[in-house]
Amino acid sequence: MGDQLIFTYDIDGSDFTRAGEASSSVKNKLKMLGVNSEIIRRVAIAMYEGEINMVIHADGGQITVTVSDDDIVMVLADRGPGIPDIGKAMQEGYSTARPEVRSLGFGAGMGLPNMKRYTDQMEIDTVVGKGTTITMKVAF
Amino acid sequence: MNKDKFIRSVRLKESACQGCINCIKHCPTQAIRVHNGKAHIIDKFCIDCGRCIRYCPHHAKIAIYDPLSVINNFKYTVALPAPSLYAQYNNLTSTDIVLNALLKLGFDDVYEVSAAAELVSEASREYIKTHEKEAPFISSACPSVIRLIRVKFPALLSRLLPIKAPVEVAAEIARARAMKKTGLKPEEIGIIFISPCPSKVSYAKAPLGIEKSNIDNVVAIKDIYPLLLPHMKHDESQLTPLSNSGRIGIGWSSAGGEVGGLLVDNYLAGDGIVNILRVLEELEDEKLHGLTFVELSACTGGCVGGTLTVENEYIAATKTKRLAKYQPVSKNHLSDNPEIESMYWADDVDYEPVFRLGNTFKESLRMMSEVEQLTARFPGLDCGSCGAPTCQTLAEDIVRGDATPNDCIYVLRSNIADLSQKIRHLTRERESGDSMPEEDKVLLRKYISELTTDLASFGVPERQKRKD
Repeated sequence: MGDQLIFTYDIDGSDFTRAGEASSSVKNKLKMLGVNSEIIRRVAIAMYEGEINMVIHADGGQITVTVSDDDIVMVLADRGPGIPDIGKAMQEGYSTARPEVRSLGFGAGMGLPNMKRYTDQMEIDTVVGKGTTITMKVAF
Repeated sequence: MNKDKFIRSVRLKESACQGCINCIKHCPTQAIRVHNGKAHIIDKFCIDCGRCIRYCPHHAKIAIYDPLSVINNFKYTVALPAPSLYAQYNNLTSTDIVLNALLKLGFDDVYEVSAAAELVSEASREYIKTHEKEAPFISSACPSVIRLIRVKFPALLSRLLPIKAPVEVAAEIARARAMKKTGLKPEEIGIIFISPCPSKVSYAKAPLGIEKSNIDNVVAIKDIYPLLLPHMKHDESQLTPLSNSGRIGIGWSSAGGEVGGLLVDNYLAGDGIVNILRVLEELEDEKLHGLTFVELSACTGGCVGGTLTVENEYIAATKTKRLAKYQPVSKNHLSDNPEIESMYWADDVDYEPVFRLGNTFKESLRMMSEVEQLTARFPGLDCGSCGAPTCQTLAEDIVRGDATPNDCIYVLRSNIADLSQKIRHLTRERESGDSMPEEDKVLLRKYISELTTDLASFGVPERQKRKD
């Protein structure tokens, strides 16, 4: 196994305006590594969607990003309510976001579908009442 | 390729530099370092925005541009006044007052950049209409914005409006008309731009989007402003009618002016380098939706806020509005200007990954790992005492071989404390009266020598040390 870099971010669940800071930081690090801009775009969008979800539904959590020779792996872990029906949650336009959250322009029901669309691999590990861990991979 | 790719017109006046950290803290691209008590600008990181000129309390950052005497180098000269020039004067009822004064100053003819701006507006409207699906487009009029995108936002390069800047269109038309009028060769005609900023000085030497600019020299508004005053006649009956720009053209000098000529509803007009950096980040992250056009000016207030202007940018914006108020919307149309062959860029602007750490991904990955480890060692105060703007940039400089960990005064202090502890320990053993064993003497000399080296190396870049 070659070199790898690990970045961890604590996501604050109480402040909407700060959501996106972690994905922005990762984006800038990937630029310094000289990663192809289309890959950076996919990682940034997928991670931003995940970050927003953690803020809206789970009161924050932790994101670990591992960059290695072959790929970028993002692990988003929270202790939120869990996802009762993954099938429904993966449908475009389906959202359980509260009305006040929707009024801010979030909760369009595109979060999880976009995360899947922009990554090469996505796994959801969720337990209702315990939390959710989403692992996404983007290959170089 | 183009060796002038990273040419810049913001320079350091070394004699005035006090080695303080004001400039490094205000530079939006972290392009300045202080070493050995003097600032130095890193060419490839600098985007010529001129923010350091504004913030340096010792006036050690200067803009370079041409003196007015360049008009003596040509048989025939045409002045290209930027619309921001008009905004410098009080009670201006007509641009003819300024244009006539330019002729009295020694120019043979004038061509208003604001006239060409109206052609750019028309071409932009057409382009936006025919490329609707590729929106949003980003304005390409401010060279510092293009340079910023070129080094920091590769994903946004394709969004730049591939249309020549008003000053370039003006220069092309002015030269063609002068040649027709005088019969002179192109090189005998001087096209002189009167500029609000140093960014356009660099642009004229190394343009983006085209191979060579038609602008021969660039002089500063602040130089021309006082020279024009004695020649300004407000009696309109004595003025030759030269003015040929409408509201759209004159409006280009202030923030929101360019979008004003586009007739689009969904736009964003941002000004000020720090603000536009945020806008570009958000555009890159696709957080801004439904936009057709994004106008960005590096200077606060737009071009009237350039570092080579005289008047306060907000007052200048009001004056511009007042001047344009009674003008027709537009006086220039592409169909009346056959001189201009193409309004479009001939070349793409390519990404310049100047902030990339290594030459390959593998090398960059290794270097970033070192950067992370180093950054963790630093106190995270971003105090700037090392000469780099943040602890993170110091770490990057070290990994690139341009600085050393001891440049951090906190790391240095802890190293010195460590060495002095060791020395104290060695010498305290001797209190019983025994003489110091030879190996301890060697160790002591080693510690003292390390201490001297550590202290001497502070603030001296690695590269310089290698030279010594």
